[in-house]
Amino acid sequence: MGEAAQPIPATDERVKEISGLRKALIRPELGGMVGTVAVFTFFLLFAFDSGMFNSQGMMNWSIVSAQFMIIAVGACLLMIAGEFDLSVGSMIGFAGMMIAIFSVTYGWPVWMAIMVTFVLCTAIGGLNGYIVIRTGLPSFIVTLAFLFILRGFTIFLPQLIERKTIIGGIKDVAEGDWLAPVFGGKILGGLFTWMGDNGLIATFTRGTREGQPVVDGIPMLIIWAIVLIIFGHVLLTKTKFGNWIYASGGDAEAARNSGVPVNKVKILMFMFTAFCATVFAVCQVMEFGSAGADRGLLKEFEAIIAVVIGGALLTGGYGSVLGAALGALIFGVVQQGLFFAGVESSLFRVFLGVILLGAVILNTYIRRIITGER
Amino acid sequence: MTNEHAPIIQMKDIQKHFGSVIALAGVSVDVFPGECHCLLGDNGAGKSTFIKTMSGVHKPTHGEILFEGQEMHFADPRDAISAGIATVHQHLAMIPLMSVSRNFFMGNEPVKSVGPLKLFDHDYANKVTMEEMRKMGINLRGPDQAVGTLSGGERQTVAIARAVHFGAKVLILDEPTSALGVRQTANVLATIDKVRKQGIAVVFITHNVRHAMAVGDRFTVLNRGQTLGTAQRGQITPEELQDLMAGGQEMVKLEGSLGGTV
Repeated sequence: MGEAAQPIPATDERVKEISGLRKALIRPELGGMVGTVAVFTFFLLFAFDSGMFNSQGMMNWSIVSAQFMIIAVGACLLMIAGEFDLSVGSMIGFAGMMIAIFSVTYGWPVWMAIMVTFVLCTAIGGLNGYIVIRTGLPSFIVTLAFLFILRGFTIFLPQLIERKTIIGGIKDVAEGDWLAPVFGGKILGGLFTWMGDNGLIATFTRGTREGQPVVDGIPMLIIWAIVLIIFGHVLLTKTKFGNWIYASGGDAEAARNSGVPVNKVKILMFMFTAFCATVFAVCQVMEFGSAGADRGLLKEFEAIIAVVIGGALLTGGYGSVLGAALGALIFGVVQQGLFFAGVESSLFRVFLGVILLGAVILNTYIRRIITGER
Repeated sequence: MTNEHAPIIQMKDIQKHFGSVIALAGVSVDVFPGECHCLLGDNGAGKSTFIKTMSGVHKPTHGEILFEGQEMHFADPRDAISAGIATVHQHLAMIPLMSVSRNFFMGNEPVKSVGPLKLFDHDYANKVTMEEMRKMGINLRGPDQAVGTLSGGERQTVAIARAVHFGAKVLILDEPTSALGVRQTANVLATIDKVRKQGIAVVFITHNVRHAMAVGDRFTVLNRGQTLGTAQRGQITPEELQDLMAGGQEMVKLEGSLGGTV
């Protein structure tokens, strides 16, 4: 432009200065942060002596939280891209069952069973996305259909092949496999032995494992959770693709007009969600040594609740992976904490419902602040 | 007027049929660099079909499109955009929940390499966004301000600034002022003026004669899929334009009964 920019007043007198508090409020992670501080304060006050905060107790709720985190990362990115996946829970059951059938029944090497399962499940995720894009139907309906389809197969296939609904013996076939420990193994065992030897953490005082630390390493499940969170967070906030995820969920039509490959983004996010569900399933199968037809029940809702507590909008276009991870942490801590505190575990569901409602109301309010709607 | 230049885009005898409906029955328009070419017409006159043909959304049933003297066959809007024809839609341009800077670079994100990773260069994006917005006369609180907090006129301006920044030679504005208040309309018209002075051809679609007269260099009126000719600024009065848009007679009658208020 040839001419100089015309002088304009530095501030518009009609725009109220935004206070620091309001600015902090529009961070999507805020609800998750406040919630995390609240639940830790609560349990530190009321369940400190229950063993919740010794090494074993901490490992207990960390594992449960990590499980939630793994599926929440996928659900979070998908929700920001403007879609839902209700088939996550069924996908967990299905993936686990496929690994069991491939490795135990068919006798494939475990690494091959795991890889084929990843390819198969990610492809089903892609199919979910493809149907949503091609038909223009709400993902809610399409993935609800897959919730039933996958669960049905998960119950039907083992009955057809093995005449039972739980297939065990995976620990035996996974012995010596190179890929299985990536999901079922533990790391930093040496560090925990050292901590046990030096009295930093509790050790077994009798039995065959006398002298060994109660917690003998960090399960790969937790490592997967951390890796996926970092991956999801960097992808969303620091990359070009992340901008496309926000744009696809914020307004698909406007994004298309600007040249964002919305369909590709959405299908990839469906595939990523399926990938996360499969990671969950493989870790679980390797830990339990068996696959059951009822695994992963209701997990899709728990993932969505964690994401919503983490500040994501159900309508898409807004949210945070770190928030979703905090949502999952709150989830895990409360679920296990109520157990430690000796509270009737059914009350956990009451808590879930209440916190979900609170989070959605808070998010709607935040959305109004951001978009200036009244 | 910059008529001594060659036209940047020539639409020759464009016809567009949708099944048995003739939406455009042979419309010819030339657009020159640095002019604001107003395309006027009532609802259903074929304005939208015409600009969609120009921006690659529709393929003409008959007729040719010359861009910088070359015949063009746009397969889709991407082709038109990469040739330098950008369209700013009234509603579908910005995503309210995203920051101005993220919106500005949507689909054209700058990247920087950090080790093996290619990351979104937020620093660069923020700097450019603030600078371009200042040039257009909009003072942002910050590049991370959400577009949802901007007024309708400011959103149009962001969309226009974005198109200009990414090298548009022809900027098609689809009714940018139709939903705006007086002050915001003035801002958008001022933006159009700035863009035109940079040598960019602006195709300004409107059905408001006063908005057209405020910035237009030439005026083409569409009526029932046909053009009623192109007039230079100064050769036509607002009343004549209004009449042409309405198709002449009926409007004169109506105007009589409404006491000249239309």
